[in-house]
Amino acid sequence: MTLSTSGGKADYQGRLIALMAAALACLFVLSLFIGSNPIPVLTAALDAAGDTQSVIALILTEVRLPRALIALVAGATLGVCGASMQGLLQNPLASPGLVGSASGAALGASLALYSGVAASFWLALPAGGMIGSLLATLLVYTLAGRAAGTATLILAGVAVNSIALSLISLLINLAPSPYAVREIVLWMLGSLANHSMGDFWILLPGSLLGWMLLAGTGRSLDALTLGEETAHTLGVNLDRLRWRIFFAVALAVGSAVSITGAIGFIGLVTPHLLRPLVGFQPGRLLPVSALGGAILLLCADIGVRLFPAGTEIKVGVLTSLVGAPFFLFLIVKSRRWQI
Amino acid sequence: MKMIDASGLSLSLGGQPILHRISLQLKAGEMLGLIGPNGAGKSSLLKIIAGIVKPSAGELLIDGRPLDRLSGLERARSIAYLAQSGTAHWPISVARIVALGRLPHLGSWRNASSEDRRIIDQALRRTDLLALSERPFPTLSGGEKARVLLARALAVEPKILLADEPVAALDLSHQLEVMDLLRQHCNDGGAALVVLHDLRLAAHYCDRLQLLHQGRTLDVGVPESVINDTNLQQAYGVRIRQTGGSLMDAFALTWSKTGGQESPGQN
Repeated sequence: MTLSTSGGKADYQGRLIALMAAALACLFVLSLFIGSNPIPVLTAALDAAGDTQSVIALILTEVRLPRALIALVAGATLGVCGASMQGLLQNPLASPGLVGSASGAALGASLALYSGVAASFWLALPAGGMIGSLLATLLVYTLAGRAAGTATLILAGVAVNSIALSLISLLINLAPSPYAVREIVLWMLGSLANHSMGDFWILLPGSLLGWMLLAGTGRSLDALTLGEETAHTLGVNLDRLRWRIFFAVALAVGSAVSITGAIGFIGLVTPHLLRPLVGFQPGRLLPVSALGGAILLLCADIGVRLFPAGTEIKVGVLTSLVGAPFFLFLIVKSRRWQI
Repeated sequence: MKMIDASGLSLSLGGQPILHRISLQLKAGEMLGLIGPNGAGKSSLLKIIAGIVKPSAGELLIDGRPLDRLSGLERARSIAYLAQSGTAHWPISVARIVALGRLPHLGSWRNASSEDRRIIDQALRRTDLLALSERPFPTLSGGEKARVLLARALAVEPKILLADEPVAALDLSHQLEVMDLLRQHCNDGGAALVVLHDLRLAAHYCDRLQLLHQGRTLDVGVPESVINDTNLQQAYGVRIRQTGGSLMDAFALTWSKTGGQESPGQN
């Protein structure tokens, strides 16, 4: 899907993807073996396959499997959306949350929790998140205007994010019960625990649709390396590209955040880590970042389960704890390009 | 056949008139120099023809077809645009940047063929960049960057090459090299529209010059007719000190390449 100048490099890209896919598969299986109660995973798998309704089979298929699957899909979404946003805005500091999708989803989900609808109707939480994500993205796009420059888009994104966050604070402030406050705050921390296969099936369609929309944008993102005007003369329709990426990110990140809560830094750090491995080419970065995001989130989720603490650390807390200093390190390291 | 046939092109931005009823013709094999003082509207005119900016009025035909009827990729295959002080936002290698010139021919999914690679290699060779092809773009000097971006435009293999001050950052020898490449593009049957500030290069290389002043065409024709006392005074506010001989002697290109200069990294 991306342009190569020699066969050797295409092979290199293929080998990189194969290697990462293999690592991802190992981590996925490893993730099934880790939990608060040790279970014989192989026996459980045989039970589940043989339709034996044992407790260990239920733990495997109803607790660990959805958790690993959600980590895989949400991580891949965050990675690929981060890479495409950075390519679109030609800015390595862009994150998938920049266009309002993550904070919009958080606001929508908080409203569902605040109003108590989420407690009586389990679909309300993801639906609220999804609607919030789409509305916030639409608002950023409308605010910035059709022919907006990159700086205007970023500013509009920052403004909409602050509005969403202040409204969430207001909801916490006005919450009718300590229970609602706790629900909102815990949800905001971002967690992969306590999800069912139902949650995974809610997460999947929006994520897949978003990935498919992003898959065809690699070449246009490559062209944007030369700036928006030159990209236009290479046949890129910037308006359409923006819409496509915004909509894809709103769908995919909206779905992910609605289920898992806010998980920071995966979308920002993953493309950074992998960019040197693909020769800094934005189009090649997309599939690699999807794999990388899934790998990082699975690692983080395995990490929180191995962490020796009375209460399980939320995975969003861990990614921020590790991600923020790491991001600082990357900024310092990348300064050498800005001679 | 006229490759570009524009008439009555006007442009205003925020109520400010930039271009007023400009006509411009460019034939196959021809190199037209767009000259004029800063703010005359040269870059804006180039951007209109590149399809980046929409004119407020006027007609623009490319190979006899209205520009806005061409699809994005059709336009991108026939017109390459070399931006003024263009840059790359990621530290990508030289070869990969030049390869971006093939994007209009590849669309979203087709992979580069051996023919595409041959064209990329040829663009690298003609711009003297083969030795630098694996270097990251930010590590290059200003002149090397300008040549990489020209190679990228050549790799499109366009009919029409639009170049906005392509020699601004270059030393004397590489200026000649870039102008030679543009000239060669025209000799091979293409056409080039080049914004130039150096009137000596313009007079030496261009078949015709179009002099813009305050958004209007002040004069157009062969260099000897456009570069005259009246035009220079009106457009630039300068007068040529006569050193004996004709006025055009002041704009003669008094140096040429020896072929002895080595470019860095070539050995």
